Amino acid sequence: MVRDITLGQYVIAKSPLHRTDPRIKLVSLVLVIAFLFVANTFSGLAVMTALVLLGMCCSGVRISQYLRSLRAVIILVAFTSVFNLFYGTGDVLVQWGFLQITTGGIRTAIFVAVRILMMILASCVLTFTTSPNQLCDAMERLLKPLTYVKVPVHEIAMMMTIAIRFIPTLLEETDKIMSAQKARGADMESGGLISRAKALIPVLIPLFISSFRRAFDLAMAMEARCYNGGKGRTKLRVLQLQRADFIVLMIVLLFSAATLLLRIFVTNPWW
Amino acid sequence: MSFIDVKKVSFSYPAQEGKVAEPVLREVSLSIEQGEFVALLGHNGSGKSTLAKLFNGMLRPTSGRVTIDGRDTNDDAQTFEIRRRVGLVLQNPDNQLVASIVEEDVAFGPENIGIPPQEIRRRVDNALRDVDMYDYRLSAPHKLSGGQKQRIAIAGIIAMEPDCIVLDEPTAMLDPKGRQEVLSTIRRLNREKGITIILITHYMEEAALADRVVVMDDGQILLDGRPRQVFSQVELLKEHQMDVPQSTELVDQLRHRGIPLPQGILFPAECVAALEQQLKENIHR
Repeated sequence: MVRDITLGQYVIAKSPLHRTDPRIKLVSLVLVIAFLFVANTFSGLAVMTALVLLGMCCSGVRISQYLRSLRAVIILVAFTSVFNLFYGTGDVLVQWGFLQITTGGIRTAIFVAVRILMMILASCVLTFTTSPNQLCDAMERLLKPLTYVKVPVHEIAMMMTIAIRFIPTLLEETDKIMSAQKARGADMESGGLISRAKALIPVLIPLFISSFRRAFDLAMAMEARCYNGGKGRTKLRVLQLQRADFIVLMIVLLFSAATLLLRIFVTNPWW
Repeated sequence: MSFIDVKKVSFSYPAQEGKVAEPVLREVSLSIEQGEFVALLGHNGSGKSTLAKLFNGMLRPTSGRVTIDGRDTNDDAQTFEIRRRVGLVLQNPDNQLVASIVEEDVAFGPENIGIPPQEIRRRVDNALRDVDMYDYRLSAPHKLSGGQKQRIAIAGIIAMEPDCIVLDEPTAMLDPKGRQEVLSTIRRLNREKGITIILITHYMEEAALADRVVVMDDGQILLDGRPRQVFSQVELLKEHQMDVPQSTELVDQLRHRGIPLPQGILFPAECVAALEQQLKENIHR
Protein backbone atom coordinates (compact mmCIF):
# COMPACT_ATOMS: atom_id res chain seq x y z
CA MET A 1 0.00 0.00 0.00
CA VAL A 2 2.82 2.34 0.88
CA ARG A 3 4.94 1.37 -2.09
CA ASP A 4 3.13 3.37 -4.70
CA ILE A 5 2.88 6.73 -2.99
CA THR A 6 4.09 9.61 -5.08
CA LEU A 7 5.81 12.48 -3.42
CA GLY A 8 3.61 15.52 -3.31
CA GLN A 9 1.60 15.47 -6.48
CA TYR A 10 4.26 16.26 -9.01
CA VAL A 11 3.39 14.98 -12.47
CA ILE A 12 6.35 14.39 -14.76
CA ALA A 13 5.56 16.06 -18.08
CA LYS A 14 6.91 18.60 -20.52
CA SER A 15 4.83 21.75 -20.54
CA PRO A 16 5.40 25.50 -20.57
CA LEU A 17 4.50 25.65 -16.88
CA HIS A 18 6.89 22.83 -15.99
CA ARG A 19 9.67 24.92 -17.48
CA THR A 20 8.64 28.07 -15.67
CA ASP A 21 10.82 29.24 -12.80
CA PRO A 22 9.36 27.91 -9.52
CA ARG A 23 9.72 31.33 -7.90
CA ILE A 24 7.46 32.85 -10.55
CA LYS A 25 4.94 30.07 -10.06
CA LEU A 26 4.95 30.55 -6.30
CA VAL A 27 4.50 34.31 -6.58
CA SER A 28 1.78 33.78 -9.19
CA LEU A 29 -0.12 31.46 -6.88
CA VAL A 30 -0.03 34.04 -4.11
CA LEU A 31 -1.30 36.69 -6.56
CA VAL A 32 -4.08 34.46 -7.84
CA ILE A 33 -5.32 33.67 -4.33
CA ALA A 34 -5.16 37.32 -3.30
CA PHE A 35 -7.04 38.53 -6.36
CA LEU A 36 -9.70 35.83 -6.04
CA PHE A 37 -10.62 37.78 -2.91
CA VAL A 38 -10.12 41.18 -4.51
CA ALA A 39 -12.71 40.18 -7.12
CA ASN A 40 -16.11 41.24 -5.83
CA THR A 41 -17.91 41.27 -9.16
CA PHE A 42 -18.99 38.32 -11.28
CA SER A 43 -16.95 39.65 -14.16
CA GLY A 44 -13.86 39.87 -11.96
CA LEU A 45 -14.44 36.33 -10.70
CA ALA A 46 -14.79 35.20 -14.32
CA VAL A 47 -11.46 36.83 -15.19
CA MET A 48 -9.65 35.01 -12.37
CA THR A 49 -11.40 31.75 -13.25
CA ALA A 50 -10.25 32.18 -16.84
CA LEU A 51 -6.68 32.69 -15.59
CA VAL A 52 -6.77 29.50 -13.51
CA LEU A 53 -8.26 27.54 -16.44
CA LEU A 54 -5.53 28.94 -18.68
CA GLY A 55 -2.96 27.72 -16.17
CA MET A 56 -4.54 24.29 -16.15
CA CYS A 57 -4.43 24.14 -19.94
CA CYS A 58 -0.73 25.08 -19.97
CA SER A 59 0.22 22.54 -17.30
CA GLY A 60 0.27 19.45 -19.51
CA VAL A 61 -1.71 17.58 -16.85
CA ARG A 62 -4.97 15.83 -17.68
CA ILE A 63 -8.23 17.39 -16.49
CA SER A 64 -9.19 14.10 -14.81
CA GLN A 65 -6.19 14.53 -12.52
CA TYR A 66 -7.51 17.92 -11.40
CA LEU A 67 -11.00 16.56 -10.91
CA ARG A 68 -9.59 13.79 -8.73
CA SER A 69 -7.98 16.30 -6.38
CA LEU A 70 -11.29 18.20 -6.18
CA ARG A 71 -13.16 15.06 -5.14
CA ALA A 72 -11.87 15.23 -1.58
CA VAL A 73 -13.08 18.78 -1.00
CA ILE A 74 -16.30 18.79 -2.98
CA ILE A 75 -18.39 18.00 0.12
CA LEU A 76 -16.77 20.84 2.04
CA VAL A 77 -17.43 23.23 -0.83
CA ALA A 78 -21.03 22.09 -1.15
CA PHE A 79 -21.60 22.40 2.58
CA THR A 80 -20.16 25.91 2.87
CA SER A 81 -22.02 27.25 -0.12
CA VAL A 82 -25.36 25.72 0.94
CA PHE A 83 -24.79 27.19 4.39
CA ASN A 84 -24.11 30.58 2.84
CA LEU A 85 -27.24 30.27 0.72
CA PHE A 86 -29.39 30.79 3.83
CA TYR A 87 -27.17 33.38 5.35
CA GLY A 88 -27.53 36.43 3.17
CA THR A 89 -29.45 39.62 3.03
CA GLY A 90 -31.40 41.05 0.10
CA ASP A 91 -34.67 40.19 -1.62
CA VAL A 92 -36.25 37.08 -0.17
CA LEU A 93 -36.86 34.47 -2.87
CA VAL A 94 -37.96 31.44 -0.86
CA GLN A 95 -39.19 31.39 2.71
CA TRP A 96 -39.36 28.08 4.59
CA GLY A 97 -39.92 28.38 8.28
CA PHE A 98 -37.07 30.41 9.69
CA LEU A 99 -34.91 29.55 6.67
CA GLN A 100 -34.91 31.90 3.76
CA ILE A 101 -33.03 32.09 0.52
CA THR A 102 -32.16 35.61 -0.56
CA THR A 103 -30.54 37.05 -3.66
CA GLY A 104 -27.59 38.05 -1.52
CA GLY A 105 -27.35 34.49 -0.23
CA ILE A 106 -27.18 33.10 -3.73
CA ARG A 107 -24.51 35.59 -4.62
CA THR A 108 -22.30 34.72 -1.62
CA ALA A 109 -22.85 31.01 -2.18
CA ILE A 110 -21.54 31.28 -5.74
CA PHE A 111 -18.61 33.45 -4.68
CA VAL A 112 -17.56 31.13 -1.86
CA ALA A 113 -17.80 28.00 -4.03
CA VAL A 114 -15.89 29.48 -6.96
CA ARG A 115 -13.19 30.99 -4.73
CA ILE A 116 -12.50 27.73 -2.90
CA LEU A 117 -12.53 25.66 -6.09
CA MET A 118 -10.22 28.07 -7.90
CA MET A 119 -7.81 28.26 -4.96
CA ILE A 120 -7.52 24.49 -4.91
CA LEU A 121 -7.13 24.24 -8.69
CA ALA A 122 -4.52 26.98 -8.71
CA SER A 123 -2.54 25.25 -5.96
CA CYS A 124 -2.78 22.04 -7.97
CA VAL A 125 -1.36 23.78 -11.03
CA LEU A 126 1.66 24.68 -8.88
CA THR A 127 2.14 21.31 -7.19
CA PHE A 128 1.50 19.30 -10.38
CA THR A 129 4.13 21.21 -12.33
CA THR A 130 6.73 21.79 -9.61
CA SER A 131 8.68 19.09 -7.75
CA PRO A 132 8.86 19.41 -3.96
CA ASN A 133 12.57 20.07 -4.26
CA GLN A 134 12.05 22.93 -6.68
CA LEU A 135 9.47 24.34 -4.29
CA CYS A 136 11.93 24.20 -1.40
CA ASP A 137 14.52 25.83 -3.57
CA ALA A 138 12.13 28.57 -4.64
CA MET A 139 11.17 29.27 -1.04
CA GLU A 140 14.79 29.41 0.02
CA ARG A 141 15.49 32.02 -2.69
CA LEU A 142 12.37 34.04 -2.06
CA LEU A 143 12.91 34.13 1.71
CA LYS A 144 16.61 34.91 1.40
CA PRO A 145 16.19 38.54 2.52
CA LEU A 146 15.02 37.17 5.87
CA THR A 147 18.55 35.95 6.63
CA TYR A 148 19.34 39.57 7.44
CA VAL A 149 16.93 39.39 10.36
CA LYS A 150 18.58 36.14 11.51
CA VAL A 151 15.99 33.72 10.13
CA PRO A 152 17.89 30.49 9.32
CA VAL A 153 16.44 30.24 5.81
CA HIS A 154 18.97 27.75 4.47
CA GLU A 155 18.54 25.46 7.48
CA ILE A 156 14.76 25.53 7.16
CA ALA A 157 14.97 24.69 3.46
CA MET A 158 17.43 21.86 4.21
CA MET A 159 15.09 20.47 6.85
CA MET A 160 12.22 20.52 4.39
CA THR A 161 14.31 18.77 1.74
CA ILE A 162 15.32 16.05 4.18
CA ALA A 163 11.77 15.65 5.47
CA ILE A 164 10.52 15.16 1.93
CA ARG A 165 13.30 12.71 1.22
CA PHE A 166 12.52 10.58 4.29
CA ILE A 167 8.72 10.44 4.08
CA PRO A 168 8.67 7.33 1.85
CA THR A 169 11.50 5.71 3.84
CA LEU A 170 9.63 6.13 7.11
CA LEU A 171 6.34 4.98 5.60
CA GLU A 172 8.03 1.85 4.36
CA GLU A 173 9.47 1.29 7.80
CA THR A 174 6.05 1.79 9.45
CA ASP A 175 4.69 -0.86 7.15
CA LYS A 176 7.46 -3.24 8.13
CA ILE A 177 7.05 -2.67 11.87
CA MET A 178 3.29 -3.11 11.60
CA SER A 179 3.76 -6.42 9.82
CA ALA A 180 6.25 -7.51 12.45
CA GLN A 181 3.88 -6.63 15.28
CA LYS A 182 0.95 -8.29 13.53
CA ALA A 183 3.04 -11.43 13.08
CA ARG A 184 3.40 -11.47 16.86
CA GLY A 185 -0.33 -11.25 17.28
CA ALA A 186 -0.87 -7.52 17.65
CA ASP A 187 -4.41 -6.51 16.81
CA MET A 188 -4.61 -3.17 15.03
CA GLU A 189 -7.86 -3.31 13.15
CA SER A 190 -10.54 -4.00 15.73
CA GLY A 191 -11.83 -2.15 18.75
CA GLY A 192 -12.82 1.42 19.27
CA LEU A 193 -10.87 4.55 18.59
CA ILE A 194 -9.01 4.47 21.90
CA SER A 195 -7.93 0.85 21.74
CA ARG A 196 -6.81 1.35 18.16
CA ALA A 197 -4.77 4.38 19.13
CA LYS A 198 -3.23 2.32 21.94
CA ALA A 199 -2.37 -0.41 19.45
CA LEU A 200 -0.26 2.13 17.56
CA ILE A 201 2.14 2.63 20.48
CA PRO A 202 4.18 -0.52 19.76
CA VAL A 203 4.53 0.76 16.20
CA LEU A 204 5.46 4.32 17.04
CA ILE A 205 8.15 3.57 19.61
CA PRO A 206 10.37 1.45 17.33
CA LEU A 207 9.75 3.95 14.55
CA PHE A 208 10.87 6.77 16.79
CA ILE A 209 14.02 4.98 17.89
CA SER A 210 15.01 4.04 14.37
CA SER A 211 14.41 7.62 13.20
CA PHE A 212 17.00 8.78 15.69
CA ARG A 213 19.44 6.19 14.45
CA ARG A 214 18.80 7.32 10.89
CA ALA A 215 19.32 10.94 11.92
CA PHE A 216 22.72 10.12 13.44
CA ASP A 217 23.74 8.23 10.31
CA LEU A 218 22.55 10.99 8.02
CA ALA A 219 24.34 13.66 10.03
CA MET A 220 27.54 11.67 9.76
CA ALA A 221 27.09 11.08 6.02
CA MET A 222 26.42 14.78 5.47
CA GLU A 223 29.46 15.82 7.46
CA ALA A 224 31.58 13.28 5.62
CA ARG A 225 30.41 14.98 2.41
CA CYS A 226 31.75 18.32 3.64
CA TYR A 227 28.40 19.82 4.68
CA ASN A 228 28.99 22.99 6.63
CA GLY A 229 25.66 24.81 6.59
CA GLY A 230 24.77 27.22 3.82
CA LYS A 231 28.06 29.10 3.83
CA GLY A 232 29.93 29.08 0.52
CA ARG A 233 27.50 26.58 -0.94
CA THR A 234 26.79 26.48 -4.67
CA LYS A 235 23.91 24.83 -6.47
CA LEU A 236 23.66 22.29 -9.28
CA ARG A 237 20.65 24.09 -10.67
CA VAL A 238 20.82 27.83 -10.65
CA LEU A 239 17.44 29.49 -10.88
CA GLN A 240 17.65 32.08 -13.59
CA LEU A 241 14.73 34.05 -14.89
CA GLN A 242 14.14 33.63 -18.63
CA ARG A 243 11.99 35.69 -20.95
CA ALA A 244 9.24 33.07 -20.76
CA ASP A 245 9.13 33.54 -16.97
CA PHE A 246 8.48 37.24 -17.35
CA ILE A 247 5.74 36.50 -19.87
CA VAL A 248 4.02 34.19 -17.35
CA LEU A 249 4.30 36.87 -14.67
CA MET A 250 2.99 39.53 -17.07
CA ILE A 251 -0.07 37.41 -17.91
CA VAL A 252 -0.86 36.90 -14.23
CA LEU A 253 -0.41 40.61 -13.52
CA LEU A 254 -2.61 41.53 -16.48
CA PHE A 255 -5.50 39.37 -15.28
CA SER A 256 -5.05 40.66 -11.74
CA ALA A 257 -5.09 44.26 -12.92
CA ALA A 258 -8.27 43.60 -14.89
CA THR A 259 -9.90 42.19 -11.75
CA LEU A 260 -8.85 45.24 -9.77
CA LEU A 261 -10.25 47.61 -12.41
CA LEU A 262 -13.54 45.69 -12.47
CA ARG A 263 -13.79 46.03 -8.70
CA ILE A 264 -13.29 49.77 -8.93
CA PHE A 265 -15.51 50.57 -11.91
CA VAL A 266 -18.32 48.00 -11.91
CA THR A 267 -21.09 48.91 -9.48
CA ASN A 268 -23.90 46.60 -10.58
CA PRO A 269 -23.71 43.65 -8.13
CA TRP A 270 -24.91 41.18 -10.78
CA TRP A 271 -22.24 41.98 -13.30
CA MET B 1 55.53 9.16 3.35
CA SER B 2 52.51 7.03 2.55
CA PHE B 3 49.20 8.42 1.35
CA ILE B 4 47.41 7.36 4.52
CA ASP B 5 49.62 7.10 7.55
CA VAL B 6 48.28 5.84 10.86
CA LYS B 7 50.94 6.08 13.55
CA LYS B 8 50.53 4.41 16.94
CA VAL B 9 46.91 5.39 17.13
CA SER B 10 44.84 4.59 20.18
CA PHE B 11 41.22 5.51 20.49
CA SER B 12 38.56 5.21 23.14
CA TYR B 13 35.04 6.57 23.11
CA PRO B 14 34.10 8.93 25.96
CA ALA B 15 33.54 6.91 29.12
CA GLN B 16 30.00 6.38 30.27
CA GLU B 17 29.24 7.27 33.86
CA GLY B 18 30.66 4.83 36.35
CA LYS B 19 32.62 2.93 33.73
CA VAL B 20 36.19 3.00 32.57
CA ALA B 21 36.62 3.77 28.87
CA GLU B 22 37.79 0.61 27.17
CA PRO B 23 40.13 1.47 24.31
CA VAL B 24 38.69 0.48 20.94
CA LEU B 25 42.03 0.80 19.15
CA ARG B 26 45.38 0.11 20.78
CA GLU B 27 48.54 1.53 19.24
CA VAL B 28 47.55 0.75 15.68
CA SER B 29 50.05 1.60 12.95
CA LEU B 30 49.17 1.19 9.30
CA SER B 31 50.17 2.82 6.06
CA ILE B 32 48.26 2.68 2.83
CA GLU B 33 49.64 3.75 -0.54
CA GLN B 34 47.80 5.61 -3.29
CA GLY B 35 45.88 3.22 -5.56
CA GLU B 36 45.77 0.28 -3.19
CA PHE B 37 42.66 -1.84 -2.67
CA VAL B 38 42.69 -2.79 0.99
CA ALA B 39 40.12 -4.94 2.76
CA LEU B 40 39.79 -4.33 6.47
CA LEU B 41 38.50 -7.46 8.11
CA GLY B 42 37.37 -8.23 11.62
CA HIS B 43 34.35 -9.22 13.61
CA ASN B 44 32.07 -6.90 15.57
CA GLY B 45 33.91 -4.84 18.13
CA SER B 46 37.32 -5.39 16.56
CA GLY B 47 37.66 -1.65 15.96
CA LYS B 48 37.44 -1.70 12.17
CA SER B 49 34.58 0.79 11.87
CA THR B 50 36.27 3.12 14.34
CA LEU B 51 39.42 2.99 12.26
CA ALA B 52 37.35 3.86 9.18
CA LYS B 53 36.08 7.03 10.82
CA LEU B 54 39.61 8.02 11.79
CA PHE B 55 40.66 8.06 8.12
CA ASN B 56 38.62 11.16 7.28
CA GLY B 57 38.67 12.90 10.61
CA MET B 58 35.11 12.03 11.63
CA LEU B 59 36.85 10.77 14.77
CA ARG B 60 40.19 11.95 16.06
CA PRO B 61 42.76 9.70 17.73
CA THR B 62 43.04 9.78 21.53
CA SER B 63 46.75 9.40 21.03
CA GLY B 64 48.92 8.97 17.95
CA ARG B 65 48.53 10.60 14.55
CA VAL B 66 46.59 10.04 11.34
CA THR B 67 47.82 11.88 8.26
CA ILE B 68 46.30 11.94 4.80
CA ASP B 69 48.86 12.90 2.19
CA GLY B 70 50.74 14.74 4.92
CA ARG B 71 47.67 16.50 6.35
CA ASP B 72 47.00 15.82 10.01
CA THR B 73 43.36 14.96 10.79
CA ASN B 74 43.76 16.83 14.08
CA ASP B 75 44.22 20.08 12.17
CA ASP B 76 40.88 21.91 11.93
CA ALA B 77 42.02 23.89 8.91
CA GLN B 78 42.48 20.66 6.94
CA THR B 79 39.17 19.01 7.87
CA PHE B 80 37.31 19.81 4.66
CA GLU B 81 40.21 19.08 2.36
CA ILE B 82 40.65 15.71 4.08
CA ARG B 83 36.95 14.88 3.83
CA ARG B 84 36.91 15.83 0.16
CA ARG B 85 39.87 13.58 -0.55
CA VAL B 86 38.76 10.66 1.60
CA GLY B 87 35.09 9.85 1.01
CA LEU B 88 33.09 7.70 3.39
CA VAL B 89 30.27 5.36 2.36
CA LEU B 90 28.16 3.92 5.16
CA GLN B 91 26.33 0.66 5.60
CA ASN B 92 22.71 1.70 5.20
CA PRO B 93 22.18 3.31 1.80
CA ASP B 94 18.84 4.81 2.90
CA ASN B 95 20.41 6.85 5.66
CA GLN B 96 23.04 8.62 3.61
CA LEU B 97 21.03 10.00 0.70
CA VAL B 98 19.97 13.59 1.26
CA ALA B 99 17.88 14.65 -1.73
CA SER B 100 14.82 13.07 -3.28
CA ILE B 101 16.18 13.18 -6.81
CA VAL B 102 19.23 11.08 -7.68
CA GLU B 103 21.25 13.75 -9.46
CA GLU B 104 20.58 16.31 -6.76
CA ASP B 105 21.86 13.90 -4.18
CA VAL B 106 25.03 13.27 -6.15
CA ALA B 107 25.47 17.04 -6.41
CA PHE B 108 25.29 17.50 -2.62
CA GLY B 109 29.02 17.04 -1.99
CA PRO B 110 30.27 19.31 -4.79
CA GLU B 111 27.68 21.92 -3.77
CA ASN B 112 29.06 21.89 -0.24
CA ILE B 113 32.59 22.59 -1.38
CA GLY B 114 31.45 25.44 -3.59
CA ILE B 115 32.11 24.10 -7.09
CA PRO B 116 30.62 26.30 -9.87
CA PRO B 117 27.29 24.98 -11.28
CA GLN B 118 28.56 23.97 -14.75
CA GLU B 119 31.39 21.99 -13.21
CA ILE B 120 28.95 20.33 -10.79
CA ARG B 121 26.82 19.27 -13.77
CA ARG B 122 29.86 17.70 -15.48
CA ARG B 123 30.97 15.89 -12.33
CA VAL B 124 27.48 14.61 -11.52
CA ASP B 125 27.02 13.21 -15.02
CA ASN B 126 30.45 11.57 -14.98
CA ALA B 127 30.00 10.13 -11.49
CA LEU B 128 26.64 8.64 -12.46
CA ARG B 129 28.19 7.09 -15.56
CA ASP B 130 31.05 5.71 -13.46
CA VAL B 131 28.62 3.77 -11.27
CA ASP B 132 26.42 2.90 -14.25
CA MET B 133 23.37 4.78 -12.95
CA TYR B 134 23.16 7.61 -15.48
CA ASP B 135 19.77 6.45 -16.77
CA TYR B 136 18.32 6.85 -13.29
CA ARG B 137 19.52 10.42 -12.75
CA LEU B 138 15.99 11.82 -12.41
CA SER B 139 14.54 8.96 -10.34
CA ALA B 140 13.59 9.11 -6.68
CA PRO B 141 15.97 7.12 -4.45
CA HIS B 142 13.15 5.29 -2.65
CA LYS B 143 12.16 3.64 -5.91
CA LEU B 144 15.60 2.08 -6.41
CA SER B 145 16.96 -1.23 -5.14
CA GLY B 146 19.47 -1.40 -2.28
CA GLY B 147 22.39 -2.02 -4.62
CA GLN B 148 21.37 0.91 -6.82
CA LYS B 149 21.03 3.22 -3.80
CA GLN B 150 24.45 2.22 -2.58
CA ARG B 151 25.90 2.97 -6.03
CA ILE B 152 24.27 6.41 -5.85
CA ALA B 153 25.94 6.94 -2.49
CA ILE B 154 29.25 6.01 -4.10
CA ALA B 155 28.58 8.39 -7.00
CA GLY B 156 27.96 11.16 -4.45
CA ILE B 157 31.47 10.57 -3.16
CA ILE B 158 33.10 10.27 -6.60
CA ALA B 159 31.60 13.63 -7.59
CA MET B 160 33.90 15.24 -5.03
CA GLU B 161 36.81 13.70 -6.98
CA PRO B 162 38.40 12.00 -3.99
CA ASP B 163 41.70 10.12 -3.92
CA CYS B 164 40.33 7.48 -1.62
CA ILE B 165 36.97 5.95 -0.74
CA VAL B 166 36.40 4.25 2.59
CA LEU B 167 33.41 1.91 2.55
CA ASP B 168 32.10 0.77 5.94
CA GLU B 169 30.37 -2.57 5.30
CA PRO B 170 28.65 -1.26 2.18
CA THR B 171 27.12 -4.59 1.28
CA ALA B 172 25.88 -5.74 4.69
CA MET B 173 22.28 -4.77 3.98
CA LEU B 174 22.14 -5.81 0.34
CA ASP B 175 20.91 -8.91 -1.43
CA PRO B 176 23.43 -11.01 -3.39
CA LYS B 177 22.71 -9.17 -6.64
CA GLY B 178 23.13 -5.74 -5.04
CA ARG B 179 26.32 -6.92 -3.36
CA GLN B 180 27.72 -8.01 -6.70
CA GLU B 181 26.84 -4.66 -8.30
CA VAL B 182 28.53 -2.69 -5.56
CA LEU B 183 31.65 -4.86 -5.47
CA SER B 184 32.21 -4.74 -9.21
CA THR B 185 31.72 -0.96 -9.14
CA ILE B 186 34.33 -0.60 -6.40
CA ARG B 187 36.77 -2.80 -8.25
CA ARG B 188 36.31 -0.89 -11.48
CA LEU B 189 36.89 2.43 -9.74
CA ASN B 190 40.09 1.07 -8.29
CA ARG B 191 41.38 -0.44 -11.53
CA GLU B 192 40.32 2.24 -14.00
CA LYS B 193 40.55 5.44 -12.01
CA GLY B 194 43.24 4.46 -9.54
CA ILE B 195 41.10 5.46 -6.57
CA THR B 196 42.39 4.02 -3.32
CA ILE B 197 39.75 1.73 -1.82
CA ILE B 198 39.46 0.74 1.81
CA LEU B 199 36.70 -1.84 2.08
CA ILE B 200 35.57 -2.72 5.56
CA THR B 201 33.73 -5.99 5.63
CA HIS B 202 33.14 -9.16 7.53
CA TYR B 203 32.57 -11.22 4.41
CA MET B 204 35.71 -13.21 3.71
CA GLU B 205 34.76 -13.65 0.05
CA GLU B 206 34.74 -9.87 -0.41
CA ALA B 207 38.08 -9.46 1.32
CA ALA B 208 39.57 -12.01 -1.08
CA LEU B 209 38.96 -9.57 -3.95
CA ALA B 210 41.34 -6.97 -2.51
CA ASP B 211 45.06 -6.58 -3.17
CA ARG B 212 45.75 -6.52 0.52
CA VAL B 213 43.90 -7.78 3.58
CA VAL B 214 44.30 -6.28 7.03
CA VAL B 215 42.74 -8.35 9.80
CA MET B 216 41.76 -6.52 12.97
CA ASP B 217 41.14 -8.18 16.29
CA ASP B 218 40.50 -6.59 19.65
CA GLY B 219 41.72 -3.16 18.61
CA GLN B 220 44.92 -4.36 17.05
CA ILE B 221 46.14 -5.53 13.68
CA LEU B 222 46.38 -9.29 13.67
CA LEU B 223 47.47 -9.94 10.10
CA ASP B 224 48.42 -7.78 7.15
CA GLY B 225 49.31 -9.12 3.74
CA ARG B 226 48.13 -10.38 0.37
CA PRO B 227 44.86 -12.35 0.53
CA ARG B 228 46.61 -15.65 -0.19
CA GLN B 229 49.12 -15.12 2.60
CA VAL B 230 46.50 -14.02 5.09
CA PHE B 231 43.98 -16.73 4.38
CA SER B 232 46.55 -19.49 4.44
CA GLN B 233 46.81 -18.87 8.20
CA VAL B 234 43.63 -20.80 8.78
CA GLU B 235 44.57 -21.89 12.30
CA LEU B 236 45.40 -18.40 13.54
CA LEU B 237 42.21 -16.95 12.07
CA LYS B 238 40.09 -19.68 13.65
CA GLU B 239 41.77 -19.06 16.97
CA HIS B 240 40.40 -15.51 16.82
CA GLN B 241 36.90 -16.69 15.89
CA MET B 242 37.23 -15.71 12.29
CA ASP B 243 36.30 -17.55 9.15
CA VAL B 244 38.19 -18.00 5.94
CA PRO B 245 36.52 -18.12 2.50
CA GLN B 246 34.53 -21.32 2.05
CA SER B 247 36.82 -22.66 -0.66
CA THR B 248 39.86 -22.07 1.52
CA GLU B 249 38.16 -23.84 4.40
CA LEU B 250 37.25 -26.85 2.28
CA VAL B 251 40.74 -27.20 0.87
CA ASP B 252 42.22 -26.81 4.34
CA GLN B 253 40.07 -29.59 5.78
CA LEU B 254 40.93 -31.89 2.89
CA ARG B 255 44.62 -31.16 3.43
CA HIS B 256 44.22 -32.18 7.05
CA ARG B 257 42.84 -35.50 5.84
CA GLY B 258 46.03 -36.00 3.89
CA ILE B 259 44.81 -35.02 0.45
CA PRO B 260 47.64 -33.12 -1.25
CA LEU B 261 46.06 -29.86 -2.36
CA PRO B 262 47.86 -26.51 -2.79
CA GLN B 263 47.61 -23.91 -0.04
CA GLY B 264 46.14 -20.41 -0.42
CA ILE B 265 43.09 -21.18 -2.53
CA LEU B 266 40.54 -18.34 -2.34
CA PHE B 267 37.90 -18.67 -5.01
CA PRO B 268 35.44 -21.47 -5.89
CA ALA B 269 36.80 -21.72 -9.43
CA GLU B 270 40.34 -22.33 -8.17
CA CYS B 271 39.03 -24.87 -5.69
CA VAL B 272 37.16 -26.75 -8.41
CA ALA B 273 40.22 -26.77 -10.66
CA ALA B 274 42.45 -28.09 -7.86
CA LEU B 275 39.99 -30.83 -6.96
CA GLU B 276 39.63 -31.81 -10.61
CA GLN B 277 43.37 -32.05 -10.95
CA GLN B 278 43.53 -34.18 -7.82
CA LEU B 279 40.81 -36.55 -9.04
CA LYS B 280 42.54 -36.99 -12.41
CA GLU B 281 45.79 -37.92 -10.67
CA ASN B 282 43.92 -40.44 -8.52
CA ILE B 283 42.41 -42.11 -11.56
CA HIS B 284 45.80 -42.38 -13.26
CA ARG B 285 47.23 -44.07 -10.20
